[in-house]
Amino acid sequence: MSGHHDAAPYAPVFVGETKARLEALATKYPTRQALLLPALWMVQEAHGWVSPEAVHEVATELGLTPAYVKGVLSFYTMYHQHPVGKYFIQVCTTSPCNICGAEDVMRALLEHTGCGELGATSPDGRFTVAEAECLGACGFATPLLINDDFIESVTPESVPALLARYA
Amino acid sequence: MGYPHPIHPKETPVLSTHFGDAEARSYAGWTARGGYAALKQALGMTPEQIVDEVKASGLRGRGGAGFPTGMKWSFMPKDDGKPHYLCCNADESEPGTFKDREILRWTPHALIEGCAIGCLAIRAETAYIFIRGEYTEAYRILQAAVDEAYAHGALGADVFGSGKRLDVIVHRGAGAYICGEETALMNAIEGKRGNPRIKPPFPAVAGLFGLPTTINNVETLAAVPAIITRGGAWYAGLSLSSPKSTGTKLISVCGHVQRPGVYEITMGLPMQELIFDLCGGMRPGRTLKAVIPGGSSVPIMTPDEVADCPTDYEGIAAKGSLLGSGGMIVMDDSTDMVYQIMRLARFYAHESCAQCTNCREGTSWTVKVLDRILRGEGKPSDLDLLMDLADQMTGKTICVLSDSCATPVVSGIRKFRHEFEAYLSGARTPALAGA
Amino acid sequence: MSTDLVTLTIDGIGVTVPKGTPMIEAAKMAGVLVPHYCYHPSLPSPAVCRMCLVEVEKMPKLVPSCVTPVADGQVIHVHSPAAKKAREGVLEFLLINHPLDCPICDQAGECELQDFVFQEGRAGTRYADYPKRYNPVEDFGPDILYVANRCILCTRCVRFMDHVAEEPILAVSERGDRAFISIDPDQLLTHEWSGNVVDLCPVGSLVSKDFLHKARAWDLDKTASVCTGCTQGCNVMLDTRDDVVVRIRPRANLEVNRHFICDTGRADYRWMNRGDRVEVPMGRDGALAWDDALATFAAEVEHAASIVVLTGGRASVEALGWLRELVGPAATAAMQVPMGDERPLAGVRNLALRRERAANLHGAELLGMAGDWDAAVAAAHGADLVIVVDVDLSDAEAARVASAGTVVHLATVADPRLGAALVLPVTNVAEEQGVFVNRDGRAQRYLPARAPRGEAWPAWRVAAEAWRRGADDREAPATASEAFSRLAAFGGLTHRDLGFTGRVVAGAEVRA
Repeated sequence: MSGHHDAAPYAPVFVGETKARLEALATKYPTRQALLLPALWMVQEAHGWVSPEAVHEVATELGLTPAYVKGVLSFYTMYHQHPVGKYFIQVCTTSPCNICGAEDVMRALLEHTGCGELGATSPDGRFTVAEAECLGACGFATPLLINDDFIESVTPESVPALLARYA
Repeated sequence: MGYPHPIHPKETPVLSTHFGDAEARSYAGWTARGGYAALKQALGMTPEQIVDEVKASGLRGRGGAGFPTGMKWSFMPKDDGKPHYLCCNADESEPGTFKDREILRWTPHALIEGCAIGCLAIRAETAYIFIRGEYTEAYRILQAAVDEAYAHGALGADVFGSGKRLDVIVHRGAGAYICGEETALMNAIEGKRGNPRIKPPFPAVAGLFGLPTTINNVETLAAVPAIITRGGAWYAGLSLSSPKSTGTKLISVCGHVQRPGVYEITMGLPMQELIFDLCGGMRPGRTLKAVIPGGSSVPIMTPDEVADCPTDYEGIAAKGSLLGSGGMIVMDDSTDMVYQIMRLARFYAHESCAQCTNCREGTSWTVKVLDRILRGEGKPSDLDLLMDLADQMTGKTICVLSDSCATPVVSGIRKFRHEFEAYLSGARTPALAGA
Repeated sequence: MSTDLVTLTIDGIGVTVPKGTPMIEAAKMAGVLVPHYCYHPSLPSPAVCRMCLVEVEKMPKLVPSCVTPVADGQVIHVHSPAAKKAREGVLEFLLINHPLDCPICDQAGECELQDFVFQEGRAGTRYADYPKRYNPVEDFGPDILYVANRCILCTRCVRFMDHVAEEPILAVSERGDRAFISIDPDQLLTHEWSGNVVDLCPVGSLVSKDFLHKARAWDLDKTASVCTGCTQGCNVMLDTRDDVVVRIRPRANLEVNRHFICDTGRADYRWMNRGDRVEVPMGRDGALAWDDALATFAAEVEHAASIVVLTGGRASVEALGWLRELVGPAATAAMQVPMGDERPLAGVRNLALRRERAANLHGAELLGMAGDWDAAVAAAHGADLVIVVDVDLSDAEAARVASAGTVVHLATVADPRLGAALVLPVTNVAEEQGVFVNRDGRAQRYLPARAPRGEAWPAWRVAAEAWRRGADDREAPATASEAFSRLAAFGGLTHRDLGFTGRVVAGAEVRA
């Protein structure tokens, strides 16, 4: 998976195997609109984010309008409407983790990734750090998502070694 | 002690027996532990028999509302000729709540089996499990278990040779707390914004795809197999306390306890024992300051209120709070209540779907006022303002998200007013100076 | 009492309404306005603005009156302290991010936010120390701007495009207080009916470029009229400022156009304000007094063995009826009917911009004034007299007409190509009152929105006065209403009988 946005022409997602996956999924729902969340996930898997071109492709695939797709896309915070780093880090800072030091973990991530601030991508393009609202692992403070890897019990001290695993 | 710790003697493991046991995740491992016997038994029962057994168990919805499950199932129409759906709410997102995640990642077949039995009870052939997008690991494990269940005939066109069709489809969310609200969840499955719907119509009349639908929490459905095999009476008899609160409940405890984790208790276990025995109490040198017992949207309890409170629906309600989802946030004396209430309000402001005016504007305004207080720039009238905003956000919207935002603000100001006043008077150094 | 009716009390007023009526509509019937934003009678209701919450005795919480059906014996309070406090709260919430740029906002004066805040809002805001949400103004289409900062997210526009136009090209994007209405830059509001979102917007968030900064709402005079764009007969309101028509908006008629008009009709008003009008009767040698002109006209009719009448699609039934009286049953008469594409509004039954772009085609049919146009034009060549009534002719048609013995032109604008012996100034639709009959046989009145130009008369009066001069015992109708009620085709109906939403008249089955 690549998080990099380049100027290359848009590569359609729903061809070949991915199109087959989408159509297999279509048999499990009574409407084609119900494929919208899964389709957006497939786009993000392929491109690392959901570009305006991808919005049009999804709209065409599912018989929806681009504005409708954009409305849904922007409702769900895990879809990226802009390119992000190769590794997208979501750190939970909601109260249960917050009282256990989550903001220290967040600061350590910003420092050691080189991102500097939330939402920014590190100069080497590797990382983007974002705050997440409750990752649902409050007993394992502080949890992170690095792309699809769910990581528990992160401390400021464990951050450098953790990041080293993501080259 | 609860997962991730060894089982504590005061726990009653039913759902959590195999937490931490990776072999229970596979179909073979699950059947070796007695799995799918309940589904096979249920395939020989009528929908009414299943509903009656669950009614007898006294099982109540474990997602937060506590509605009797058997009764909910009995609301589904009979002989209406329409497809019915079962939805499983695996969108566990209420801060402090992480119990369903353990079911999803350790005993996924318990949930699949519960979904299958639930489908039989409500005359549905299809169950959609809506799992929050952040549960990546749980999603992989659950999807693998579903695939295995199909491969072994526990799901599919002819479940265990019964001639009955049962499908379980895992639908992944993508980051929206509000999808835990049942009608918002249905909209999310339908490919829409996760906006809660106006009720009526209720899901049993017009739910998913406009068809009769029942929606149950993960923990609720996972409890069903044991009720089928061991009987509703057995489950009801587990209770230590009120006859209205039966069976076991997973309590996820987090925050400032020595051993945070998911504990399975029989209803009525004293909250004091839960926090101080099972969870090991406070960190050295610290004392208990506050407990939010049922996920972040319920009123905050003080140590006095905790001291003699049984952990069940009625006991916590008697103290003015709610058992809710069973997500318990424990805070010690190091906690800045004003800051944490602001942080919770920020959560709700972030998650507001934007439909209702009071919620869309009220949640973010509440954050701004709390923020100003924390910066040392609060006004003497700000507490009255917060209480008034809370009133405008309570009982006036389609769903209860804005009520949930107001609740910690109101209980926080009532019970920890001195902390707010310390910021307002300048006695306390601003927590957000220069921020 | 029928079981299909329920009786209840709203603010102390008893009312009996059909079962299932939403409280907000029942309140209307009791004469009580429940303030609201997202509710609209022609759209599905999402109950999101929370403005219409009312107190119902024996109910624990305030309830949204737009989606709650009434029940027998209910006691509803719209103006109780709890309901008013809730509305005050919603208004305060709506204002915290609203720019209060009323002095430069087109909606000011007809803004539901302004109105309800004035009625029931707080005197001051408690949200004084924070910047307001800011989003740039966006181009939503050929005639529509979205001023996001003013948006209260009632979603009427989204629902109109989704459920009524059935082209869901508007959507709510983002969440919480970051939300706004979005559109895809490649799919703007070019739908034939999209202009309705401007009317539906309760605030000045969706504004018409055509009307932008043209007039303040309080400077406008409003006149009930009927759209002249096609045979649908949508009810409209002509807005005039200083005697100039500056805007056309839909006027509710649930039987014809609900609350909507198409963009073609909406844009079709500039001709009403043309400055190059014929203002006095003209003979070949110059201006004439009406009396002399009419005497000449009557004599031409008297002496003509063959007469052809060519009218435009906006000729009133009064004009058509009295022209027929004037020329007699043998004369050829036809109405010009420009044709276009049919552009339906998908979500409303039987509503479209029709192919036949003539407002009164069916009126002409009823009155025997809708003969074959091409044949009538052909017959003009060699006819003794051709009467042309306010119609744009092609060069070929004009040449045919000019070859007739005599041409009398009832004109709003002169047409030298016709070589008319008489040019008689007539009023246009905005300057007269009259009746059109739409494609479903509904006779509908329109009223004058501006003064006639110069000495112009309504065409019916010109025809009737010429007719009177044809015999000693004739008395011309004195008013448009009399001109209408004397037409046999309408069976004695009067203007008053038609009311403001019209009436299906005998002969409606003709079209079917």
